[in-house]
Amino acid sequence: MSDVKTLNRDFNTGIIGQFPGGVHPPERKQPATSTPIRRLALPQELILPVRQHIGPSGKVLVKVGERVDKGQRLTEAGLSQGLPLHAPTSGVIAAIEERPTAHASGLPEQAIVIHPDGEERWGTRHALPDYRDVEVARLLELIQQAGIAGLGGAGFPTAQKLAQQKPLKHLIINGVECEPYIAADDRLMQEYANDIIAGTRILQYMTHCESVLLAIEDNKPEAIKAIAEAIDDDPQIELKVVPTKYPSGGEKQLIELLTGQQVPAGKLPMDIGFLMQNVGTAYAVKRAIIHGEPLLERVVTVTGESLKQRGNVWALLGTPIQHLLNESGFTPEKKQRIIMGGPMMGFTLPSSEVPVIKTTNCVLAPTEQELPSPGAELACIRCGACADVCPATLQPQQLQWLAKAKDYDELEKHNLFDCIECGACAYVCPSEIPLVHYYRKAKAEVRNIAREKAKAEQARKRFEARQERLEREKQERLERHRKASEERKRMQEQKANKADTKAGDKPADAASQNNDTSAGKSAAVAAAIARAKAKKAAQAAKGNES
Amino acid sequence: MSFRIAPSPHGHNQRNTSEMMRWVCYALVPGVLLQSYFFGPGIWFQMILAVATSVIAEMACTVARNRPAFSALRDNTALVTAVLLAISIPSLAPWWVIVIGTLFAIVVVKHVYGGMGQNLFNPAMAGYVLLLISFPVQMTNWLPASTISEHSLTLWQTLHTIIFEYTPSGYSVEQLRAGIDGVTMATPLDTIKTGLTQGYTLTEIYQGREFSYFAGAGWQWINLGFLVGGLLLIQQRIISWHIPLGFVAGLCVPAFLAHIFAPDLMPGPIVHALSGATMLGAFFIATDPVSAATSNRGRVIFALLIGFLVFVIRSWGGYPDAVAFAVLLANMCVPFIDRYTRPVVYGHGD
Repeated sequence: MSDVKTLNRDFNTGIIGQFPGGVHPPERKQPATSTPIRRLALPQELILPVRQHIGPSGKVLVKVGERVDKGQRLTEAGLSQGLPLHAPTSGVIAAIEERPTAHASGLPEQAIVIHPDGEERWGTRHALPDYRDVEVARLLELIQQAGIAGLGGAGFPTAQKLAQQKPLKHLIINGVECEPYIAADDRLMQEYANDIIAGTRILQYMTHCESVLLAIEDNKPEAIKAIAEAIDDDPQIELKVVPTKYPSGGEKQLIELLTGQQVPAGKLPMDIGFLMQNVGTAYAVKRAIIHGEPLLERVVTVTGESLKQRGNVWALLGTPIQHLLNESGFTPEKKQRIIMGGPMMGFTLPSSEVPVIKTTNCVLAPTEQELPSPGAELACIRCGACADVCPATLQPQQLQWLAKAKDYDELEKHNLFDCIECGACAYVCPSEIPLVHYYRKAKAEVRNIAREKAKAEQARKRFEARQERLEREKQERLERHRKASEERKRMQEQKANKADTKAGDKPADAASQNNDTSAGKSAAVAAAIARAKAKKAAQAAKGNES
Repeated sequence: MSFRIAPSPHGHNQRNTSEMMRWVCYALVPGVLLQSYFFGPGIWFQMILAVATSVIAEMACTVARNRPAFSALRDNTALVTAVLLAISIPSLAPWWVIVIGTLFAIVVVKHVYGGMGQNLFNPAMAGYVLLLISFPVQMTNWLPASTISEHSLTLWQTLHTIIFEYTPSGYSVEQLRAGIDGVTMATPLDTIKTGLTQGYTLTEIYQGREFSYFAGAGWQWINLGFLVGGLLLIQQRIISWHIPLGFVAGLCVPAFLAHIFAPDLMPGPIVHALSGATMLGAFFIATDPVSAATSNRGRVIFALLIGFLVFVIRSWGGYPDAVAFAVLLANMCVPFIDRYTRPVVYGHGD
């Protein structure tokens, strides 16, 4: 223990910032943090949703009944944000159909279903131990081809994040893992510290960062020790031990904690010179580049008191949650909740047929006693406990009133969209108001309104453009008619003039006779013109109506 | 297998509103015990009357507003309002005084404004002010502290007085207040106010029986009792220090400056801090979250304003004490304070 304390003291000195708010929920990381990561038996089937990350899904490359090798590409990466998907193990494509996915809604999505054959037969791998010989662009391509998405949070494609051309001060490797229960990164750091540091070096090479900050919360002494040993005396990687507080692992919070700087609203960390990657992602990058292995599996913390065997497991992507539960001695209680993610930000699963995806860091099966359901929501007493813990210094109580009043303009003025949905406010609310739930609903509603508005705006523009066109055409037509009638008038006048000069040469009686006939003629012409005009006017009116 | 769906976060830190309100009641105990020691058991009858009235009023209002009657009571806020009002009024005030005050606080100040969490004004203090301006005689009939009083009433005599407005042996409250010399004794703050208007200096006024040690007899200990309870609330994180400290600072700093300037005309900070409803106000009344400012910065401003108003009204106003008026005036400023003390949101600073 004294060992750990000295470690903390050494690494803590570099923490210059702090972020406001935060909470200290019970950590409950045992026994996951102190038991080795287990390997499970292969599941009966693997369900791989085609779309596992932010962005469009790729084109499916395999057919039902086809045999696939481990690591074989199943989908082709689309443009820009796309990521390919690989067979986590060898087997047969059993189906390509809609399956419930790992999302709060549980809505079915297109998925490739594989029946493993148990042979673990690898396809071709292109190992690249000397990555420094290769251009960065090629490395980016390899990372993209390996299907790596951020394993810590939202699952943003890693290559795309790395490809941004902005000068960077620090690469930050996030091993904070501040959510209670979750110990996947913790355990990965303890067991694979060298791989993580190797991956970190690749990332540093690719981003040309001056230095790397690797942050770990001070409740992970074993991981701190392992990482410190792996860094050894590398001057470019600095280990930062941050105090345990939720949500210090949030991207914006960790940046503030380590650098004292805030990411300006509407900007990205890289705009102020920081790039953050999760330790799991660093590990995956190392596997992809050095060993040529695409992202096929990840560490998942499977925990909660409804399980007998709690701890971390290596789960192949696509492993049904039910398989993880079965392998962990699951005895469900009445009204059992299954949470994907931690207790603060995770979402409940409607069914256990949902698969592990790239961003699944935890499967939590708590008992009611362990994580009691909130009581009935009482009225807000404006106690401000929520504001005290908000890491974004929002005023959650105000947002709550506004959300209930559906005052979307004011909500935006109160910066609703700066809410990171960490759940600290709802965690402390004495009236047990599900605050985050209200904010999510309000956010969705604001987005909806914006969409509707954009649509209406487009329709209005279209309508106005059409009106303008019709008006323009009408004016042109009138102009044409006016010109034509003027032309006719001129011609007539010319004719009349000619006739007059001719008439002057002839005798007077003949002239008078002639005058009579020309007068009758011009009256007929005028009548014809009037008829044509009336007809055209009628047509124009008709055209306007339509 | 299908599972239960719930929004995140899952789990809660388990200190809910009803529990917080219960803690407020526990923290009142030292002050209330001292008050019942110095001013007789009347306070217990007042509390029983107030709580009974508040429960009935709360239930009637929730039923009238088509809400489940018992769930509203569960939050214990009506209980706190009733207890605070009962503590604030003279212990021998006639029964209908506390009933009217509680009814007004719950029905008009709380439910007419939209119920729990919606009231603009502190219900207990609005009830108190209504009573003070409607029934000034009954509301200022404070007995002298038992240590200097000529009479001490039994439980039965107290109950009789509250119900019939005179003791079984026929004394009125006015008569009970008389000293051995037959002169009616007032509260210390009242004595100071009257003495100063009659041209006495503070040194002369403090010679009176109503004063001992730091401030008024009896009252100083009661204030210390509420201070202890208040510190317990801060220790338990039921309230934050911002409002109590702001209140005391807003009152005592001007009082200190004025006292230096005119030591014989302006009572010092200790007299202010330990007289009247100062500590009850600072820790239990101004801290009502519903009617207070919402950010910590706003709360400090709100509390400084109350403290300063108490000082101003005590020094130059027509009433000897001022906590209720000051709190209501500051309540009116809350939306304004909140508007200008909004914290800067992450990423929106310069």
